Amino acid sequence: MIDPLVWLILLPLAWATLAFLLGPGRGAWLAIAALLVQWCLAFVLAQKVGAGGTALTHAVGGWGAPLGIDLAVDGLSAAMLLLTQTVALPLAIYARSYFKQDPAGTWFWPLMGFLISGLNALFVSADLFNLYVTLELIGLAAVGLVAAGGGAQQLGAALRYLFAALLGSGAYLLGVALLYGAYGTVSIASLLPLVSDDAPRLVWIAGGLMVVGLMLKTALFPFHYWLPHAHGGAPAPVSALLSALVVKASFYLILRLWLGPLQPLLPTFAWLMALLGAGAIFWGSWQAIRAEKLKRLIAYSTVAQLGYLFLIFPLLAETVALKAGVMQVFAHGLAKAGMFAAAGVFIKATGHDTVAGLAGAVERMPVTLIAFGLAGMTLMGLPPSSGFLAKWQIIEAALAQGHWIIAVVALAGGLLAAVYVFRVLRQAFLLAPEGGTVAPVPRALEWSALALAVGSVVLGLRGVELMQLAGVGA
Amino acid sequence: MTTGMLFALVGVVLFAMGVAGVILIGHLLRRILAFNVMGNGAFLVLVGLAQRNGTPDPVPQAMVLTGIVVAVAATALALALVRKLHALTGQLELPEHADD
Amino acid sequence: MKRVAVVIAAAAFAVALVGAMLEIGPAAIDLRGLVMQHLAESGVGHPVTAVLLNFRGYDTLLEIAVLLLALLVILAVIGDSRAAPPRAAHPVLQTLARLATPPMVVVAVYLLWAGAFRPGGAFQAGALLASAAVLLHLVGLLPAWNPPGSRLRIGLAAGFAVFLSIAAALLPQGALLKYPVETAGMLILLIESSLTISLGLILAGLFLVLSREDGSS
Repeated sequence: MIDPLVWLILLPLAWATLAFLLGPGRGAWLAIAALLVQWCLAFVLAQKVGAGGTALTHAVGGWGAPLGIDLAVDGLSAAMLLLTQTVALPLAIYARSYFKQDPAGTWFWPLMGFLISGLNALFVSADLFNLYVTLELIGLAAVGLVAAGGGAQQLGAALRYLFAALLGSGAYLLGVALLYGAYGTVSIASLLPLVSDDAPRLVWIAGGLMVVGLMLKTALFPFHYWLPHAHGGAPAPVSALLSALVVKASFYLILRLWLGPLQPLLPTFAWLMALLGAGAIFWGSWQAIRAEKLKRLIAYSTVAQLGYLFLIFPLLAETVALKAGVMQVFAHGLAKAGMFAAAGVFIKATGHDTVAGLAGAVERMPVTLIAFGLAGMTLMGLPPSSGFLAKWQIIEAALAQGHWIIAVVALAGGLLAAVYVFRVLRQAFLLAPEGGTVAPVPRALEWSALALAVGSVVLGLRGVELMQLAGVGA
Repeated sequence: MTTGMLFALVGVVLFAMGVAGVILIGHLLRRILAFNVMGNGAFLVLVGLAQRNGTPDPVPQAMVLTGIVVAVAATALALALVRKLHALTGQLELPEHADD
Repeated sequence: MKRVAVVIAAAAFAVALVGAMLEIGPAAIDLRGLVMQHLAESGVGHPVTAVLLNFRGYDTLLEIAVLLLALLVILAVIGDSRAAPPRAAHPVLQTLARLATPPMVVVAVYLLWAGAFRPGGAFQAGALLASAAVLLHLVGLLPAWNPPGSRLRIGLAAGFAVFLSIAAALLPQGALLKYPVETAGMLILLIESSLTISLGLILAGLFLVLSREDGSS
């Protein structure tokens, strides 16, 4: 009897190690085959959770919390696992073609394997210290992917990212230390009944530290300073993985803490989170509209879209807000991965990274342009994309609870996204300049980008099932 | 004031100093050192606070062992980046955001 | 200005936290008691080793992954340059290093074995082995590492691979990393031994790969 939960962690660890053993540059097919299996495992797990209606748990070592470490999968975790494998598989196919003969791809496969294993382990862990270790696994793998084979610019961006990540996990660790001191356990399930709203001041400080540390890792405004350089400067498949999955991991953890042990501390800070989210939407969109480089524009778009996720915090009294958040995570994950993939194709073909350099793309790279356009559709929130579904749910939830300001911000964000998406599309429809050369691009690159972008739109048509899954065990 | 509580209080001070160092210091090697100070402060709090009533507790000690290994890994990684950056540019500080 | 603001904020934070720490009561859950209660079934005699390799062994598994990952990143960043031949230090230093290495190895093996009933274990032993390697490198007897060939890669990954395989092999027991009580001690010793070798290699590698000259001074 194969337990999908455990194998989703063991399998990527195994193929990462195997890819390392195979040597530099090897491991692509191993990764793609394993990711296919992992996708099936995640799907089976999601089915199990959806059918069962309650969370699944697994006591590692047979000990059970608080002595041992517990793993738990509810609807939210199952959804995040599904998203991770769904985005990783096309990106692996994309990366295989992208990194042919590229020194940046020498150790890409083991690094990606460890990144995916960290992500999977994070989404199922129910132990605060174990979550710290998974956060470090993800963070260091992400920094490694950004820095690999890069020049001074990329190294500088990677260092900035590293220091931000270390500050974030350091703050998180101190919070865990304080909670252990106060209650004698780091197990989420054991902490749940112990934390009430007359918790000692220490617990409030601990909660604040953990959330602020995680906000730093999610690049929530104003802690976003490291993201545009790291995501904008890394190779396209790396930027896609980072924007689609890595920043969502720390957001997921904030949500998990918020709905779990830190719940009594909720109402005080929810509006602060929403305010910062609104700031992220406006600032990120403004910088994206002004950006000259294509990947920098897309990175700022990530900053803006992450703001939507924080708008839901004042609305969490209703489960529909959680479902809307999950839908937004999926929509952005698929769309942003597709967008970065498309940008990677443009850069490989034209040789430079500027928006202006896209002139003439419509005749020479139509598939890629369609991919970019569809992804942009999701980011803007046009029906029938999943982005539309997510924003619609947020607006509905906001209006139902009387917080119309959130609805206004969500709508404004959609309009601002339209501005920077159309900026790129308009440039692509211009006539190509004389003498511009376009290198041929492997078809795998274009079609995997298209697959991701199409996925983000099609998900909107099947969104109801995803949202039902997200609500399980909430 | 037991030994454990004293360690925990010192840990808090070290953590605050480390964080200030990572944010303010420009020289990359010193920033890495500040990160180590910050991490060690957090470990001291973890062990000290749990043992504030005098009895040794094996669980936070094991957690700190894990934490130390993770901190070593992160430090080595940071040093590799700094060393390569130095080899490429001769600088030991990060350039200010020039563009965008 | 920014400097002053950050320092004041850090100081205020420290003061607030110290105050909050001084006023809390005792913890609700006594994990130490639980650990001592189950120590006999864990396969080792020392509570910290039991927590590290049995009760919270999953953390240890992930942490080895983090170490291996760090080495991978260093390899990815440093690139393909070859190491320069080592510079020999003064002969007295070299002799001293040569004399010191065998006792270090013996102490490392002792630490590995002692971990079962007193402070010690795979990490301490591995760190000692790595220190011996770094010492030999610093006096010029051990060259910096070139990109690792297949045999070295096997050595580096072996500890983690063994741990992972045992974890997977134990799955039919009902849970991840659930050691059967009779063989727990032997399995833990097996894991720790292979971890010691790999950890020694990985930790040594963290230093020795970095110490490759890459085209600068």
